[in-house]
Amino acid sequence: MRTILFLLQKEFRQIFRNRSILPIIFVMPLMQLIVLPLAADYEVKNINLAVVDHDHSPYSAQLCAKISGSGYFRLVNYGSDFKTAFELIETDKADLVLEIPAGFERTVVRENEDKVFIAVNAINGVKAGLGGSYLNRILNDFNQDIRLKWMQLPRYNPMPVVEVTSSVWFNPHMNYNFFMVPGILAILVTMMGSYMTALNIVKEKEIGTIEQLNVTPIRKHHFVLGKLIPFWVLGMFVFSVGLFIIARLIYGIVPLGGIALLYGFLAVYLLAILGLGLLISTYCDTQQQAMSVTFFFMMIFMLMSGLFTSIDSMPIWAKGIAYLSPVTYFIEVVRMIVLKGSTFTDLKIHFAAIASFAVVLNTWAILNYKKRS
Amino acid sequence: MATVELHGLMKHYGKDKIPAVKDVSFSVKEGELFGLIGPDGAGKSSIFRMLTTLLLPDGGNATVAGYDIVKDYKAIRNRVGYMPGKFSLYQDLSVEENLNFFATLFNTTIQQNYELIKDIYVQIEPFKNRRAGKLSGGMKQKLALCCALIHKPEVLFLDEPTTGVDAVSRKEFWEMLKRLKQQGITILVSTPYMDEATLCDRIALIQNGEILTVDTPEQIVRNYPFPLYAIRSERITHLLRHLKAYENTRSCFAFGEYLHLTFKQPHEKAVASVTDYLTHEGHTGLECRQINPTVEDCFIQLMKTA
Repeated sequence: MRTILFLLQKEFRQIFRNRSILPIIFVMPLMQLIVLPLAADYEVKNINLAVVDHDHSPYSAQLCAKISGSGYFRLVNYGSDFKTAFELIETDKADLVLEIPAGFERTVVRENEDKVFIAVNAINGVKAGLGGSYLNRILNDFNQDIRLKWMQLPRYNPMPVVEVTSSVWFNPHMNYNFFMVPGILAILVTMMGSYMTALNIVKEKEIGTIEQLNVTPIRKHHFVLGKLIPFWVLGMFVFSVGLFIIARLIYGIVPLGGIALLYGFLAVYLLAILGLGLLISTYCDTQQQAMSVTFFFMMIFMLMSGLFTSIDSMPIWAKGIAYLSPVTYFIEVVRMIVLKGSTFTDLKIHFAAIASFAVVLNTWAILNYKKRS
Repeated sequence: MATVELHGLMKHYGKDKIPAVKDVSFSVKEGELFGLIGPDGAGKSSIFRMLTTLLLPDGGNATVAGYDIVKDYKAIRNRVGYMPGKFSLYQDLSVEENLNFFATLFNTTIQQNYELIKDIYVQIEPFKNRRAGKLSGGMKQKLALCCALIHKPEVLFLDEPTTGVDAVSRKEFWEMLKRLKQQGITILVSTPYMDEATLCDRIALIQNGEILTVDTPEQIVRNYPFPLYAIRSERITHLLRHLKAYENTRSCFAFGEYLHLTFKQPHEKAVASVTDYLTHEGHTGLECRQINPTVEDCFIQLMKTA
């Protein structure tokens, strides 16, 4: 016990004396939580729209006003020549071109229908898709307005119509930050845990202090605990700062579910991720190697654990990879507890998965850590 | 009784099984100051790392303080002190913190064994709050020695403790070792410097992973098989070339400002005839006298016959 305490004292001293690690521990969570959710936003705004109006009628003007009034579009050009508009797409100044044919108003009034043309720049697929569908919705709306104005609708709709009304749960304002902040919080803890542990142990290998430790009668589990506990504590700390200060004060996110449940999951998850760091350190001899290997895993964790994209829409093989990463489960857990107020019963499978990762990774690491070669 | 005993110890590295230590056997008596002397890459560190249970041998066996290095490694770790060639203490911890830390790992305290390290520790005590990384080379080495001694080991392994240390500090360091020896600690020290050999009780000369000889430095010198001459002239570079071409030369190599020379037939007239030969070759200021061999001479001679 005395040995463990001394090991911990030594670790904390070293961490607090390290002038480059310390700011990272405190500044990184602040920066990432404040900046990333604002930037990583899937709601597409500021779609640049060029309108080619061959009609110049009150109706076409009305349509344009309706579109630019929606808040999603920015009118970059209003002209009557498709060629100029297309050049704007080519030079990347416009994302969408809406062409209103000549005689639009007349045809709509007389014949009750007309066609408009939309050209979409699909280099950024998401922006193109969403922009196109926003525009379609607005056109539909406009259509409805005109029909109401010109036709006397029968009391009962002659054709059966299913109208969809939706109600949004758990994130009623569809605020994208509510979705991102818990996810980024999970990633932050992951980075802290894996990088710090791996680098810390490999540093001892590089300097040679590990040999000096290995000739002492220090027990393997003492050494491992002495390395894991400090970063476990730091992980808890960073998570708390993120949850109680940044998420609450800046984004107004208050966890719906139990704080104790959340921290229970965090405690087990940190064990799993520290185990990963430990495992990496047993295979690497230099900090450079450890850094590269950890970076490789971090990239996969970031892109494949459902942080940005939905796992359900991934191909089967990618889903397989996603569910082989502990991060996937933890991001889901954080989101479910914070946004949905899930209870342990809803998260049993997640708990089993995370706990298994913790056991497997740590056992593997301890078996592979050898005091002699 | 032997404190350290090696029987045919072997170690090879890599896929090609390049042998680093070949069939090494020797024993070190209790309370002895034993030197393992050989050039870089001779296998000194590998032997030390095996004896301190950091490295598993590929063959043979060895005991340290009566314990087998493979089976009883835990017992050995409680009983040996090891100072690696490279300074490997925590640079970001202070002198006192380092010492305290290692004392704790051995379940002891600085106070308990203060007597043992007192002589050395007083020299670094004024800097006890300084970070280890900020110490001078000599200070670092003293700290490392203190850390290796803090648990009162029975056997102390010092891997090239004087490499990269200035002449004055080297001398000081050997003085410290002598005092430690008086306290009954068995000390194994490795060094590439032949001149340090005479400071040990017994030495093993090692080359390419093989032991050339094990004996006291005096006996090794006494066993040198030929009369040895030191020779010099005003044109020392030509002298070496001429002597190598000379028919009666057995060996000749540069040694400081002299050449050390042995003859194939060391008869009485050998010196006179070589002087004639050299004078004939145009050398002036010739000086040639018989000398007592040093450990280095013995090493070179053994290396050639090995």
